[in-house]
Parts: sequence; C-alpha cells; structure tokens
Amino acid sequence: MHMHKYEKIWLIFGGITLIVFLSVIGVSAFAMGHHPPSDMTTIDPEKVKETAPFDDPGLKKIGDNEYEAVMVAQAFMFGEPLEVPKGATVHFKVTSADVVHGFSIPGTNVNMMITPGHINTITHTFDEAGEFLIICNEYCGVGHQAMSGRIEVN
Amino acid sequence: METTLINRKDAKLSLAHIYVGFIAVLLGGIAGLLQTFVRSGAITLPAGIGYYQLLTAHGVLLALVFTTYFIIGFLYSGISKTTGTLAEGPRKLGWAGYYVMTTGTVITTIMILTNDASVLYTFYAPLQASPWFYIGLALVVIGSWISGAGMFRQYRNWKKANPGQLSPLFSFMAVMTMLLWLIATLGVAATVVLQLIPWSFGWVDTINVLLSRTLFWYFGHPLVYFWLLPAYICWYVIIPKIIGGKIFSDSLARLSFVLFLLFSIPVGFHHQLLESGVSHTWKFIQVTLTFMVIVPSLMTAFSLFATFELSGRQKGARGLFGWVKKLPWKDARFFAPFMGMLIFIPAGAGGIINASNQLNQVIHNTLWVTGHFHLTVATSVALTFFGIAYWLIPHLTGRTLTKKINLLANIQTIIWVVGMAMMSGAMHTVGLLGAPRRTAYTTYGDYPDALGWIPYEVAMAVGGSFLFIGILVLIYIVVHLSFFAPKGVEAYPIGEVADQAERTPAILENWKLWIGVCVALILFAYTIPIMEIIENAPPGSPGFRLW
Repeated sequence: MHMHKYEKIWLIFGGITLIVFLSVIGVSAFAMGHHPPSDMTTIDPEKVKETAPFDDPGLKKIGDNEYEAVMVAQAFMFGEPLEVPKGATVHFKVTSADVVHGFSIPGTNVNMMITPGHINTITHTFDEAGEFLIICNEYCGVGHQAMSGRIEVN
Repeated sequence: METTLINRKDAKLSLAHIYVGFIAVLLGGIAGLLQTFVRSGAITLPAGIGYYQLLTAHGVLLALVFTTYFIIGFLYSGISKTTGTLAEGPRKLGWAGYYVMTTGTVITTIMILTNDASVLYTFYAPLQASPWFYIGLALVVIGSWISGAGMFRQYRNWKKANPGQLSPLFSFMAVMTMLLWLIATLGVAATVVLQLIPWSFGWVDTINVLLSRTLFWYFGHPLVYFWLLPAYICWYVIIPKIIGGKIFSDSLARLSFVLFLLFSIPVGFHHQLLESGVSHTWKFIQVTLTFMVIVPSLMTAFSLFATFELSGRQKGARGLFGWVKKLPWKDARFFAPFMGMLIFIPAGAGGIINASNQLNQVIHNTLWVTGHFHLTVATSVALTFFGIAYWLIPHLTGRTLTKKINLLANIQTIIWVVGMAMMSGAMHTVGLLGAPRRTAYTTYGDYPDALGWIPYEVAMAVGGSFLFIGILVLIYIVVHLSFFAPKGVEAYPIGEVADQAERTPAILENWKLWIGVCVALILFAYTIPIMEIIENAPPGSPGFRLW
C-alpha cells in the first residue's frame, strides 16, 4: 500500500517513540525490578483471621530497621496505627476479609489493589519523619470515604 | 445525493435511539452536578440518596446508556445513507434490539433508584447487587448484539448486490465498530451470565473475584474504543465533507480501523496492573500490546490534518499554516468535533501514562483517572457526538440547523471545553497528589494532605457547574432541532475520497483474516493467564451488600 512520504516519516517517528517507551518500561520493570505489585499467593477469603500471618496482624521487626506490616483490609478499616522509626523499610503484606479494597499512601509510590482471596505485597522505605495516611482508593461500600489508617514515622 | 433525506422508517429507528441517549445525558448530568457538590463538601444529599447511588447512576447513564444508544442510532443512519434504505430484516432487527436494550435499561435504572445496586457501573464482585441489575445489563448487551446483527445483514446484502466492489467507507467502519463490540462484550456477558447472575440469585455461594475482574477488563478497554470508533467515523468520513475537502486515503482509514480491532482487546491487564494473581510477565505483554494502538492513533491524526491542509490549500491558503484560517470555525458541525480532536491529544498522552507499568502506580485509582476519561469519552467522544447531532437530528426530523442554533451550539462547545478544562484539570492535578477517585466528601479526620485536596474539589464543582449549563444548552438545542426548527432538508455529509488516493487493497475487507488475527491475539494474551487464574483460584468469595 502506498503511503505519502510525510506519513512515512511521521509513522517512523511514532514507531521509534513506541520502541523507546516500551524499552523504558521494560528495562525499569525487568532490569531494575520496578514491577507492579503482582503477588501470586492466595488465601481463603472467609478464613483470613484464622490464617497465618493474618491471625496476628501488626508490625514485626524482621531486620535492621526493616519491618513486615501484616494488615487486613475490611469494611471500613485497615487496623491499628503503625509506628516505625525514620529510615525504616516496611514490607506491607495485605489481604481483604470482604470486598475489593485499595491500599495507597499519598505522597509515596505505595499503591496496590487488595482483592479477596489474594495477598498483595509492596515495600517502601520511609526516609522522612511525619504522619502518613493509608487510604482505600477502591469503592468498597457506604463507608468507603472513611476507610483509612495511619503510619507514624519518628 | 446530500440533498435527499434517508428513508423515513430508517430515520425513525435512529431517532428513537438518539432520544434515549440524550435523556440519559440529562439525567446523568444532574447526577454528575450533584456529585461534584457533595465531594467538595458544599451540600449533603437529601432524602436518603447515597453518593455512591448517584455515582452508579452517573456512570451507567452516561458511559453505557448514552454512548450505546447514540452510537447505534448514528451507525444505522449512516448505513441507511451509504448502502441504501434498510431492508425489512435489518430494520426489524434494529427495532428488536432497541426494545431489548430499553427493557434492560429500565430494569437497571429501577434497581439503582431503589438502592439495590450501588455497585458503580463497573460492578466489581464481591459487592453484590440485586440479580435484576445484572439481568438488566445483560439485556442491554444482548439488545446491542441484535442491533449489530441487523447492521451485519444490511452490509452483507449490499456486498451480494455489488459483487467485487469496495463497500462504502462508512458502512465498513460501522461493521468494524459493531464487530469490535461483539467480540469485546463476550467477556462481560460471560462474567454476568455465568458468574454474577447465578451468584446473586444464590444458586452458587461464591464467586471467583479475579476471573470476574479479568473478564470485565477484557471488555472494559475495548469498550472505550467502541465509544471512540464512531467519533473516528465522523472525523474520517463526515468532517472532510463539512470542510469542503476530500478523504485523504480510503485505505489508510480502513487500515487504522483494522488495527484498532486487533489492538484494543488483548490489553485488559493494563487496568489490573496493581493487583495480585496476575504475573508481571503477562502484565508487561499486555502493556506492549496496549501501546500498539499508538500506531493507528498517529495514522488518524496524520490523515485528519492532511485533509485539513489539503482542503485549505485548495481554497488558496498560502504559507505553512495558512490553511488553518480556511477551516470553517463558525460551523458547529465542524467546531464541536474539532475541539474533541484537539482535546484527544492530551487525553491520549494521559492514556499512555496510565498504561505504563510504573507510572500507573502513581495514578491508579486516583482522581487523575477520572480526569483522564472525562477528556476522552466525556470530551473527545461527547463533543463529536454533539457535533453529529447538530446535523443528524434535523436531517432525520426533516428540519434545518438555523444560524441561531448553530451559534448556540458553538457557545455550547466553548462552555463544555472551559468547564472540562477546569474540572478535568483539577482532577488530574489532585490525582497526582493522591486524592482517590469514587470517594464521597472526606477529610480523613482533618488530615492535612486531605484538607489540601479540597480547593481542587471546589474547582471540580465549578467546572461541573459549567458542564451542567452546557448540558442544559445542549438539551435545548436537541429539543429545538427535533420539534421546533424550520422544516427543510439538512444535508447528511458523507465525504468522498481524494482523486490522488490509491485504490484500496481488497485484503482490508477480508473479514475472515482480521477476525482470525484478532482471535489469535486474544488467545495469545489471555489463554495462559486465565488458565492460571482458574487453576490457582483461592476459595471463592460470598456476596457483600455494604451500602
């Protein structure tokens, strides 16, 4: 099929940008490890509170200024506020006891979906002190706008 | 040709669809206006109406009802115009589809009004609505299939009567749009009929949430191309005629539609980037396929601006940009869709951001996304549909678009663009700050960041007010053109292909080939992940009614 010369130039330019975009995303994902949260672990959504580690949610120290935060998202709360020292690396491990929830900490790159039957994980290092808000950013019912948690970084 | 009206019976079928569409715009617009006021804390809703109930109504009425009805009405009219009066069979199928869809719409609306379905228009399980909500939605989809079958039949009749000839461009594009819709809706029909309906009736206790979400998003992304392709039909076929130019290239127009069919379906995971249970490899593969739509999008942009420039130069334009002045800026039939095209540039760029693995992390489920699709569907698509209505309604009712109404339509476009710039601009910005979408008024216990979002939410309400005024102006125009405008003949603008354009290769109309490639791509992108989702499924979820 014949194409106008300018159209060829335009599409070649477009094709190159496409390759650049995909390379940036691909290198960032596969070489630098910036994958979206894609935990493959499953759980019985009706037995969350009897299944480890969600039978004992909360903050656990697992290394030098490194913590695991086990949390259960359910209408309409995330559990007790967390307190970590400045510079702490926190591995969030979250599941849902009812419907789909969101898990986002505004001002950070922490953002993931919490679907019942699945566990999702994300890691963040809190380099600045202050109070951080965890919010549910997926509609989960009449109290959705109130669903939030706190992280105190000292 | 342009001075004759399409068959009266065909006109009636199209009008019936278009009227339902605009009633949905008015009702959905009222819901939208109220939402912006609630979200910014200006009002609280009376009479026990819930914010999320309104939000469900807004999404269903505008994103599903308005678009589907308008599209089917518009496509039927163009098929009648370009392939000749509808045969009995296709017209009957058109009416049958209309009645099935309308029955479904009425049932769904009642369920939302009685607060039995405040699950938003994406109805994510395991929030569980009344089974009748899902049945209503299924009827809307089935009705649209019947309408699509009517269009396919009319197209096949034309091909039989004109063997070896290239079909009219409009009819080819209409068939492509309905084909994309048919293939895409198989996913949502599967989750609604096989999962949600049995589960909401209580015939089964639990549901596979991830499978349901995956089937939904198999449909959810091509859904936006179902909205967009009819707008592209206007840009490719209608606009060249309105500006007094020619279609730049018939073959490139067809090729871009083929590419949209291929690359709009096997890409749903880019809506599920942040959820567990789907491996990041498959997410990346589908992100790659998503980005392929950049190619036909750039082709479309090139063709449109080539048409503008060629027609401007024919009218004597000089210099690099002299042709810009030759465009009919005061013609609402051009101005409204043109503003839609212009806004598609930032809208499309935003889409690339949304589909990128890492950037999605920043904007996912924030108001940024709401801002994004208010640019794409609620501006690019909506303004184009409004621009179509300005000549299509009088053409169908045997009336004319007067100078006065034309001026009012241009004012409507300006109100819309200004209102949307404010509302969508505020949504994009506050979304970057982390403000969640689909959330009623909240300060999270006067948390400072959340308090900082409120001024943006006020800007959204101001923009939303502009848009509501725009809707009132629009409804006035629609009513006027339907019942009060002077009698006469309003042209149905169908562009002709430029003389220097090359002959279109027959391969572009080889449906078996393109459907085959489309199915192969879908099987490639979805077979393994869906098998994994089923094999590794956790115990299912019971339903929840949390509103």
